[in-house]
Amino acid sequence: MLHIYCPHCAEYREEEEFHCAGQAHIARPLDPEACSDQEWGEYLFFRKNPRGLHHELWVHAAGCRKFFNMTRDTQTYEIKEVYKIGEQPSVVAE
Amino acid sequence: MSDLNVMTPEESAATKAAVMNQVPGPEIQGQSPLHHADLESLAQKGPKTGGVHLRELKLLGHLTLRCNAENAEQLAAVERVLGVALPLQPLTSAENGAYSIRWMSPDEWLILVPGMETFDIETKFRDEMPGHYSLVNSSGGSTVLELSGANVLEVLKKSTPVDLHPKAFPVGKVVSTLFAKSGAVIRRSGEQRYELVIRRSFADYIWLWLQDASREYGLVIEA
Repeated sequence: MLHIYCPHCAEYREEEEFHCAGQAHIARPLDPEACSDQEWGEYLFFRKNPRGLHHELWVHAAGCRKFFNMTRDTQTYEIKEVYKIGEQPSVVAE
Repeated sequence: MSDLNVMTPEESAATKAAVMNQVPGPEIQGQSPLHHADLESLAQKGPKTGGVHLRELKLLGHLTLRCNAENAEQLAAVERVLGVALPLQPLTSAENGAYSIRWMSPDEWLILVPGMETFDIETKFRDEMPGHYSLVNSSGGSTVLELSGANVLEVLKKSTPVDLHPKAFPVGKVVSTLFAKSGAVIRRSGEQRYELVIRRSFADYIWLWLQDASREYGLVIEA
């Protein structure tokens, strides 16, 4: 079980209150009409699957129902930091 | 978000949408989601002593307010309507007599008022609140259970993953969390008293769950 700090509720809660919503920082192309099929396909379907640091989007589903970002090590399961949407991570892979 | 709050007076007036009084009058009998459990007669027939006391605070007005916590005009308007300021700190609540406000998320609050006053308060909000906000009467969707007694903490610990230690959960704190296989908004309203705001559709399930969870301490129904 992960013990997750919700930056909106400002306290630690159990993992079962949260859902992971996949990779964070996926920017929608500003002009989808101008995308090639490959660019659009990569935006829609292709995701990173790193061994090590990963930036993820989480939602406090049973609590405040707000989304936030989390930097997590997929190998050790250690949570490096949580930060609100719109902020940039301070812990990044080399 | 703040740019949405810059509205002309005409736009602001247009937000005063038509509201319908969901309770036409006291002559029509409302039924709580636990009507079928008949808590009144259980309170008369059942045991009078036990470790857990259960009371339904039924047919209250539940208003879900969403507005901008950084907009001082909106905060002032809420205080004019309810006589108490919105609790801006996460996981806190505020109270003014029969009115109570629970912090739900950084831009959302749950306001509980006496059922027959709901429409008046909704109308007052429409008159007072400036800018971009949302107020929804969700009274029909939930009900409130009040749990108290010497063993109330033990029953809650069986039901929810939240840390309920008095140090981590002082009087007045509010959390929305999981409760059994459903969810609840738990507020500590006294030293040994907690209020659960639960979904209407899960009311029967939680009622059965609480009977089972409190059997070993003795459950006293209060009406």
